[in-house]
Amino acid sequence: MSDRITLLRRDAQEEASRFPALLARAEHLAGTVLLGDHGRRRSGVGDDFWQYRPLRAGDSVRSIDWRRSARGDDQYVREREWQIAQSVLLWVDTGASMRFSSGKDLPSKGDRARLVALAAAVLLIRGGERVGFTGWSLPPRGGDVQILRLAEALATDGAEDYSEPEARGMIPHARAVFVSDFLGNLDPVEAALTKAADRGVRGVLVQVLDPTEETFPFKGRTIFESVGGSVSHETLKAGDLRTRYLERLAERKARLAHLSRLTGWQYLCHHTSDSAQNALLWLYRAMDGGHG
Amino acid sequence: MTILGPLGFTAPWLLLGLLALPILWVILRAVPPAPIRRMFPGVVLLLGLKDEEQVTDRTPWWLLLMRMLAVAAVIIGLAGPVLNPQDDSGEQAGAGPLLVVMDASWSSASDWTARLEALDALLTRAEREARPVALMRLTNPEAPQFQAAGVLRSRLTGILPEPWQPDDARVTRALELLPDQDFDTYWMSDGLARDSRKPLLESLEGHGRVTVFESPRAHYALTPPRFEDGHVLLTLRRLRPGPETEVSLAGHGLDPAGNPAVLLRNPVIFEQSATEAELELNLPAELRARITRFEIEGARSAGAVSLPDDSLRRREVALIAGNENREGLELLSPLHFLNKALVPTADLLDGTLEEVLPANPDVIVLADVATLSPGEQSGITEWLENGGTLLRFAGPRLAASDVSRSEEDPLMPVRLRAGGRSVGGAMSWGEPKSLAAFAEDSPFYGLEIPEDVTISSQVMAQPDPTLASRVIAQLTDGTPLVTRKSVGQGQVVLFHVTANAEWSSLPLSGLFVRMLERLAVSSMPASPDAADLVGTVWQPLRVLDAFGRIADAGNLPGVAGEALLDAPLGPELQPGLYQGEDRSLARNVVTADTVLQPAVWPERISVEGLSRAQETPLAGWLLATAIALLLADVIASLGLSGRLGGGRAGSAAAAILAAALMLPGMARAQDDPPTGDDAAAILAASEVTLAHVLTGDRQLDDMAQAGLRGLSEILFFRTSVEPAEPMGVDLERDELAFFPMLYWPVTPSQPAPSEAAYVKLNEYLRSGGMILFDTRDADVAGFGAASPEGRKLQQLAAPLDIPPLEQVPQDHVLTRTFYLLQDFPGRYTSRDVWVEAAPPDAELIEGMPFRNLNDNVTPVVIGGNDWAAAWAMDERGNPLVRIGSGFSGERQREIAYRFGVNLVMHVLTGNYKSDQVHVPALLDRLGQ
Repeated sequence: MSDRITLLRRDAQEEASRFPALLARAEHLAGTVLLGDHGRRRSGVGDDFWQYRPLRAGDSVRSIDWRRSARGDDQYVREREWQIAQSVLLWVDTGASMRFSSGKDLPSKGDRARLVALAAAVLLIRGGERVGFTGWSLPPRGGDVQILRLAEALATDGAEDYSEPEARGMIPHARAVFVSDFLGNLDPVEAALTKAADRGVRGVLVQVLDPTEETFPFKGRTIFESVGGSVSHETLKAGDLRTRYLERLAERKARLAHLSRLTGWQYLCHHTSDSAQNALLWLYRAMDGGHG
Repeated sequence: MTILGPLGFTAPWLLLGLLALPILWVILRAVPPAPIRRMFPGVVLLLGLKDEEQVTDRTPWWLLLMRMLAVAAVIIGLAGPVLNPQDDSGEQAGAGPLLVVMDASWSSASDWTARLEALDALLTRAEREARPVALMRLTNPEAPQFQAAGVLRSRLTGILPEPWQPDDARVTRALELLPDQDFDTYWMSDGLARDSRKPLLESLEGHGRVTVFESPRAHYALTPPRFEDGHVLLTLRRLRPGPETEVSLAGHGLDPAGNPAVLLRNPVIFEQSATEAELELNLPAELRARITRFEIEGARSAGAVSLPDDSLRRREVALIAGNENREGLELLSPLHFLNKALVPTADLLDGTLEEVLPANPDVIVLADVATLSPGEQSGITEWLENGGTLLRFAGPRLAASDVSRSEEDPLMPVRLRAGGRSVGGAMSWGEPKSLAAFAEDSPFYGLEIPEDVTISSQVMAQPDPTLASRVIAQLTDGTPLVTRKSVGQGQVVLFHVTANAEWSSLPLSGLFVRMLERLAVSSMPASPDAADLVGTVWQPLRVLDAFGRIADAGNLPGVAGEALLDAPLGPELQPGLYQGEDRSLARNVVTADTVLQPAVWPERISVEGLSRAQETPLAGWLLATAIALLLADVIASLGLSGRLGGGRAGSAAAAILAAALMLPGMARAQDDPPTGDDAAAILAASEVTLAHVLTGDRQLDDMAQAGLRGLSEILFFRTSVEPAEPMGVDLERDELAFFPMLYWPVTPSQPAPSEAAYVKLNEYLRSGGMILFDTRDADVAGFGAASPEGRKLQQLAAPLDIPPLEQVPQDHVLTRTFYLLQDFPGRYTSRDVWVEAAPPDAELIEGMPFRNLNDNVTPVVIGGNDWAAAWAMDERGNPLVRIGSGFSGERQREIAYRFGVNLVMHVLTGNYKSDQVHVPALLDRLGQ
């Protein structure tokens, strides 16, 4: 028994040791994006100065800005820019299919997905939003500690080959980010998106693909296996399958794009050979656009 | 052995195996490659897809061809192919003893290795045939001893040519030494015609068959350089007329720094069918004087080397007269005869003494100059000490002056009596005096004295105890005529007569010129005649060997002057450079009269050349090719079945294939990467690199390394400083200049650096480096007090050049170089951190937030907060040491990082932030 605990603990430590690196990379990546216009452009509750306005009936005496008012005869109230914390829910695919990368210099899809998601989380938290996971595991919260928790939670791997999105615990009118390769069954994705749309949750689908999954550069007699080993397919001439494979892939992408259009989501297909910064910028812009 | 054209096979029957190749082709073709297992998440999209056509899996034709070639190479290789097989049956197999006669002169040195190889081949054959062999070198004949060829073969490398020719005397001696028995002769000739060949050849033919071996190689000879009309002339000769050829002539000597160097390199072109080529060099005197050797590059023979002696080196002589204003009366000018005597062989300098002395002439001639100013006197004395020759002539002024009258003048060899004397004039008695024969210890010894040289006036030397030793020429009545004394390395010579014909007829005679030569005032003419050299002994300085290499003469005996000129070269007189009194003479192998003429052999003698196709067994190469092909086959097969690792299999396979196909002999090592210290230095210098001092405590060093790594990571993420991996520095060995900052953890046990290391450290501190001393004891007892680390720190830092220190003041630039800080915690949070004290006159200026403190980086920062522990990270970025507790501990770690960032920024930017306080003033001044 104690052996098992030791083993588990060792594994956990090993896993946990990965997250500072991920966190650092994510923070570094987030550092490249200048925090811009995340204010609400109107007066409200917030930290930043918005405007001085003359005292109106109904304003409490406490709200008078004495420093400004002392310059003249009128009383002024100092208004701040309205800032409201939005909840953002993340779902990052932990399936075995994400642990695939076609080359040594390419990150695995899972790494890239975590990096982009965490960097976005860092940016959002710095922007004052609250970020958490879908489901009940990590409800949205703000603050630097939440970044640590997110990083810790992201460092786990799932066992099944293709995982399904977690659509429970959706907070109404929150925003959501789903990062996956979307190579598994699309029906649960559709269900999750419909459920989200029902609750007024809008969000972003980021499909992370490896370049070989886009190009299918294989030839000759080949047995294709999924990462978890649950699915395999043998062919004598892989080159011939290429056009048909690409057709199926395009079909799948089209379906995702269609789904997201229907539910008011946005869809991005990102390749691990591209710069993570592009995906992050797009993602950040897509999230911000919803606030405007 | 079966021979097919240039190829022979030792086992030709094996070639039948080639017939099996077509069968192999059919068998190999039918094997399909195995399937590849490939991980691919997109497999779900493939499910249900069927193959449209069933391809027959055949091995590709090129792979088959490669395998076929490999097998063919094995078969042919095993059949033992030999390129250029030697058919022994055709050669005359001799019997009985064999005598190898070698000319072994300088002209065979240029292809000596080839000769030895030929001789080796000959001896190998003789060994096979069990013939006794003897060897005789004509340049150094010894009685031939017939012995087993193997014994001689083992001595081959010791057989060397000599830098002279087999002359008649040596050939005669060789004839005498020939044994009586019958033997065959193999004569390795150097290719030059010689009269002495004929009798030797006849005598050898009396003993048996004679075979001559001669190299068709071009022989070059270089005659000694001549100096004509301001040019250096060199004549190059070759043995046989041939097509137009270009050779390169190089002049070796010392460069101005005193290192041997090639000072000039000129191409020389032999015209079509010409045997002689001339090269005219126009060299500045200074360069000419430095050349020690001319050689034809690549010739490797003593004949292609020529040593210039003093004949190229023109002496610089400064002529200064007491009175030169008598225009038009040239014959009476004190310098006229000197001019005439010296112009052909020396470079003359004109001007006053002050102008001439800095040119450092070899000789200064003072003709009838009596007094010198103290400045001139000291200048000349110094020049004399360094080896100058001061030549003075007497005259009316000297006779009338008080110079060297009562006591000896340092620049005069003797004291003079007042007035001098006249003999044989109209107003005096007696006959003009003539010269007495020169004594044996005089430099003039051996010179012939003409009858008509007479002296009518002279200055007289005061009798002194030293006088006798200083006289080098005297009159028949014993009065000194020329006196000399040495000063330092130089000498002062006084002619007691004038330099013109007023007082004597000496300047009119040839004796005057020779006396100047002997005194090394004028340079020796290009070819001195024997009469000039009678009675002199020359010591060899450097000698040439047959290959034209120069060696130190060691303790070879001296050579008489007359022999040096024309005696034949030999062991007693080796070619080289000879040193006489005050000058040197070169004896070269080739003289101006040497003519190269090819040797002519009678028809009946068979002459062999050096070139001969070598037997080359090819089996090894073929088998190696087969192995290379099979290796390539392995890689190609792997590549075909996709096992070389993903999509890049093709390119990788191609690269490995290319590498495998390269023949082993062509593989060449890459440029060696710089190793050891250089590599570390290059690494440290190419990026900003933090460093820590190695204390010898493994654990502490690892912690310092991890700490600096953490700090580097933080700097990389937060600032534009992007440091490389930190390094440990061994103070004794490593160069410190590359590092902006050294972190020095102090332990009580670490050894103190050596003297040399302290010199380096002080140099480092003075040139802007900074050391962060960390006692790691939280400074519990106050700075420098009771803790063992504190005492060790005092001991370590005592020899360092450290300015006065103070605790970091609130407005120190360290508090605001990047972050605004007031605390500098590490693992501990002690406030006591010490830096260079502010100058006492630093005051707070009105309107400025900070004092203007030190103008540079503080050379040391001393504290005890164990910063490395707070900074330390492992490779993954996890902190290594727990700081404080919970998130407040993390806060302390964060501040520690900030201190590190500030510190590195301070080191890298100096007082930049401090200067910011001047910005308002600057803007104000600019009128903004």
